[in-house]
Amino acid sequence: MIGAKKGYRTMTEDHPLTDDHLQSVAGGGLLDRRLFLRQSLAFGTGTGLLLAGMDATGAELPAWQKTPGAPFSNYGQPSPHEKEAIRWVSANSGAPGNGISWTPLHKLEGMITPNGLHFERHHNGVPQINPDRHRLSLHGLFRNPVSFSVEDLLRYPLVSRICFVECGGNSNAGWHEEPIQTPVGYFHGLASCSEWTGIPLSTLLDEAGLQPDARWVIAEGADAAGMNISIPIEKALDDTLVALYQNGERIRPENGYPLRLILPGWEAVLNVKWLQRLQAAREPVMARNETSKYTELQPSGKARQFTFLMDAKSLITQPSPGYKLRGPGLYQISGLAWSGRGKVRKVEVSADGGKSWAEAALQEPVMSKSFTRFRLPWRWDGSPLVLKSRAIDETGYQQPERAALVAERGRNGYFHYNAIVSWAVAPDGSLSHVYA
Amino acid sequence: MSMRDTALRRPLAVTAVLGWIALTAAVAAAPEGPKLGKPLSPADIAAMDINVFPDGSGLPSGKGTALEGKAIYDAQCAACHGPKGTGGSAGELAGGSALDGPHPDQTVGNYWPYATTIFDFVRRSMPLNAPRSLSDDQVYAVTAYLLNINALIGETAEMNAKTLPEVHLPNREGFVRIWPNSH
Ligand code: HEC
Repeated sequence: MIGAKKGYRTMTEDHPLTDDHLQSVAGGGLLDRRLFLRQSLAFGTGTGLLLAGMDATGAELPAWQKTPGAPFSNYGQPSPHEKEAIRWVSANSGAPGNGISWTPLHKLEGMITPNGLHFERHHNGVPQINPDRHRLSLHGLFRNPVSFSVEDLLRYPLVSRICFVECGGNSNAGWHEEPIQTPVGYFHGLASCSEWTGIPLSTLLDEAGLQPDARWVIAEGADAAGMNISIPIEKALDDTLVALYQNGERIRPENGYPLRLILPGWEAVLNVKWLQRLQAAREPVMARNETSKYTELQPSGKARQFTFLMDAKSLITQPSPGYKLRGPGLYQISGLAWSGRGKVRKVEVSADGGKSWAEAALQEPVMSKSFTRFRLPWRWDGSPLVLKSRAIDETGYQQPERAALVAERGRNGYFHYNAIVSWAVAPDGSLSHVYA
Repeated sequence: MSMRDTALRRPLAVTAVLGWIALTAAVAAAPEGPKLGKPLSPADIAAMDINVFPDGSGLPSGKGTALEGKAIYDAQCAACHGPKGTGGSAGELAGGSALDGPHPDQTVGNYWPYATTIFDFVRRSMPLNAPRSLSDDQVYAVTAYLLNINALIGETAEMNAKTLPEVHLPNREGFVRIWPNSH
């Protein structure tokens, strides 16, 4: 690491850092998580100088500095140079509206997923719902069965919260015998994170007069699949929202317009989109999507059912497969961690295949059941190594190694794969997914 | 470190009692709304309620047999699910292999726990290109056909609101509930 130290000093000659920031804190060149905090201050003061150094004649200025720019737009679009930041669609050959699309996690930073990139799982396409013809009905074990128009619901007291939504089938390629080689978003991107604004479901259950013997609420969507599923009353009364807005705007059609359920931390299939009906009942309905699917067959031949919680997960998005490191030097490792049980307490990163671990910096604010961005400076010396990350949540739950998860659950469960993810870095700087 | 949070595990009875207290408290604590809900009449509810439970509640009147269902299946389902449920662009609906084997093949016949789920699902979702187009009699008939190609009922056995919930599927006891005890 002596070479690393020297190289670092050259980069920041004007702003020397104390020695303890230069020391690697774990194998493979991982540096102290506070290093970049200091560095951004140092770089901040240099920006003015860079601008002042520009060619004053304008001879080398690009066209966009010499002609007026494009006019205003009613709804902004991403730069045409960001064409690769798109959802990756994987649909049924016989039915284009049946399938999934993945959030390109490897192209995004921060914790919020742009609305147009939120992952999709549709069973039979995206309904184009006219909100004037949509109603939400509550019946079953209620004293006063009622229905609401969308306009009615917009007058109810709203609350906002940031949380992730993750498909129970996310990351399922991890069960494969061989590690899948694909950008991280197309492996783990059936997970997205938004600010959701809506009505606490408890408010509506209360108005309808929920009866004490109701133990489940069966939710149903107004799509062509009429997707239905049973939700425990405890969750319905806890933090479940009937959401109307996503990241400030009305929810988009593919995410449930005009209303959907949000059950923070629970698997996405319960977060019913296009919500039109809630039946309170004593027992679950045993719908196809809580029996045939979203259950996990174990080696014993028995299947786990009602595995609602999304357990802690983390993955390194930068660098990750598809990217190539441009030679030895200083890099920032960046990734996402989340837990359906609450806040992420700690993320640890290893650059030596799990022999030693360094604590990453967590981007504030760290919120319960939300994506949490972690970052860690790293000096790569050009040798081959394996990068890993592991999340530990506020309940003390720690993301398992793949071998431990497979030993417990076998490889045929399909859903709820949350093992530690490993990227191998080759001497040429390319990255690949490995089981290590 | 344990992969599941043992601190959340409580004996069922305690969970139930705590759950009940929480339930009453939560409804009481719910933010008050402007109460704009419009009352639903029993007729309104009957027109929208298509949930079918394992005990048969929610099943409509009507009936059908596998013999009748075969014609519907061949015309409206086989294009995607293959002849006799052997699979195509959509999954297979019959057969399956040992659930504790190395490569288990899960189908309606060997994996699904309840026959009522077939009725509930087919009525609301299938055929994929024309959902909600089958009559209740047709749904009973095609449900009977799926049970028949899985060797669970005879081809002339009539499926109706009484007989369908009585069909016992082999994997009825094959599920372990994680919520709430080991959640
Ligand atoms: C256009 C193609 C298509 C047609 C026609 C079709 N299905 Fe399907 N079916 C599908 C697809 C796709 C799925 C998976 C749906 C999903 O992902 O939610 C499915 C799922 C099912 C399932 C659930 C299977 C499981 O193991 O979970 C059943 C049962 C079923 N269909 C029955 C029928 C019946 C009965 C008919 C005829 C009345 C029919 N289908 C017609 C495409 C089709």
